[in-house]
Amino acid sequence: MSQPAVSAIERDRQAYRRAQARRSTAIAAISTVVFAGALFLAVTRSPGWPRVRQQFFNLEVAGDSLPRILEGLWLNIRVLVVAEVLILIVGLAVAVTRTLRGPIFVPLRALAAGYTDLFRGIPLIILLYLIGFGVPGLRLQGVPTSVVVLGTTAMVLTYSAYVAEVFRAGIDSVHPSQRAAARSLGLTYRQSMRLVVLPQAVRRVAPPLLNDFVALQKDVGLISVLGAVDAVRAAQIESAESFNFTPYVVAGLLFVALAIPTARAADWTAARLERRERAAGVL
Amino acid sequence: MSSPVPVLSCQQVVKRFGELEVLRGVNLEVAEHEVVVLIGASGSGKSTLLRCINLLETVDDGVIVLDGQDITDPRVNRDLVRRRIGVVFQAYNLFPHRTVLDNVTMAPRFVHRMTRPAAEQAAMTLLARIGLADKAREFPDRLSGGQQQRAAIARALAYHPRLLLLDEVTSALDPELVGEVLALIRDLKSQGMTIVMATHEMTFARQVADRVLFLHDGTVLESGPPEQVLEHPVEPRTRQFLARFIEGGRL
Repeated sequence: MSQPAVSAIERDRQAYRRAQARRSTAIAAISTVVFAGALFLAVTRSPGWPRVRQQFFNLEVAGDSLPRILEGLWLNIRVLVVAEVLILIVGLAVAVTRTLRGPIFVPLRALAAGYTDLFRGIPLIILLYLIGFGVPGLRLQGVPTSVVVLGTTAMVLTYSAYVAEVFRAGIDSVHPSQRAAARSLGLTYRQSMRLVVLPQAVRRVAPPLLNDFVALQKDVGLISVLGAVDAVRAAQIESAESFNFTPYVVAGLLFVALAIPTARAADWTAARLERRERAAGVL
Repeated sequence: MSSPVPVLSCQQVVKRFGELEVLRGVNLEVAEHEVVVLIGASGSGKSTLLRCINLLETVDDGVIVLDGQDITDPRVNRDLVRRRIGVVFQAYNLFPHRTVLDNVTMAPRFVHRMTRPAAEQAAMTLLARIGLADKAREFPDRLSGGQQQRAAIARALAYHPRLLLLDEVTSALDPELVGEVLALIRDLKSQGMTIVMATHEMTFARQVADRVLFLHDGTVLESGPPEQVLEHPVEPRTRQFLARFIEGGRL
């Protein structure tokens, strides 16, 4: 369809809107340049800058340390993927358990509530020590002693508690009328949960879930406290060898690079949700 | 004393959603104290027209003039335009996390900068007039549909708009509750409120409307006093549309 013929007044309005859009873009560009320039000057003009650059932004050291840090990062990524899958499963299970009605489920509900209270409350680093050093200390047969496995376990325990609460908020946010409609069709509690409530709940909490995922991406670096050679530990080793902090900066930038796609994905899902379910209009 | 300038004037209004042309050159003039009723099948563009007037949608062509001001000009501040228009939606759209009183006083307090006591006093007078004084402290979900819709009308009236837009305000109500809402609208008319309403209540339209517009496929196919449009329609399309209501015993 070609552009339909429009009146002079509509052409005027369109021209005005285009001019406004150009103006906004120009303002955004100028303010960004001014701000970035000011920040750059403030840092590079500071008296200690040459020394800081030598210690933190040394390109030579960065190049030397990169292969080893990348190798460590690969471990982080594997831990991240395994942990995230387990976290989603455990978190959802705990959340659903907490919504179960009926006296027979009281102990299960209490257990789930206790779980979230305990593992959301305990600092991750302390849990890492307890599991990473305490569990092998028991010298039980068949219990893994790999620091990577134990570190991942601690990660899953803590994050599942957070994610369970996110899921529960999502489940609670589905209007009771939806449950009423589902049950009135004759669906059982489980069926209405699976077919009606959870799909809406999960969609609604996708953005906060991705937020937790980004947090997990950097927290996987904490397994280094148990001695696993991940990106952070690799950076530490490189740093000790070169007497330079640049490897830490390299590792930090790599974590940021890892987080950016997830953050954009979170924005994108939220926007898509908004478009799909809300009526259009100028608000 | 009707002013020579109409309160609202739509001239050749066009609105498209993608390829679909929902309004294809709608003209409408509403004088002060006039009640104009829009009728037409679902999808004929009644709601879209009301949303365009309140600037919830941006028109693709044509002009909408409110009190002599072209409100479709992109230089116009939408919020200032909306302060002069009250809107009531089909599904009430009350804020469920606020009491009825808070719903009604929100615009006076936060948009029109009234003090809380003054706004609440005015709101209580308004609520008493429409028989909801005892529900002022209740939350919307605890009220019946009719009560909720009357509260929504009170919310739209609280800042004394120049023009009231009613978008099928009785369509979500059961017949028993329709009466109380229509009685309230009749009251508003007798007080001289300028109203544009979309409705399927033909009997009510005949009693209250100063003018009835039949919308079909995004154009005003027929318009005139209710006796003419509803009882002696000229256009075959209008007759066809009204026949369904006569069969249903609703006219």
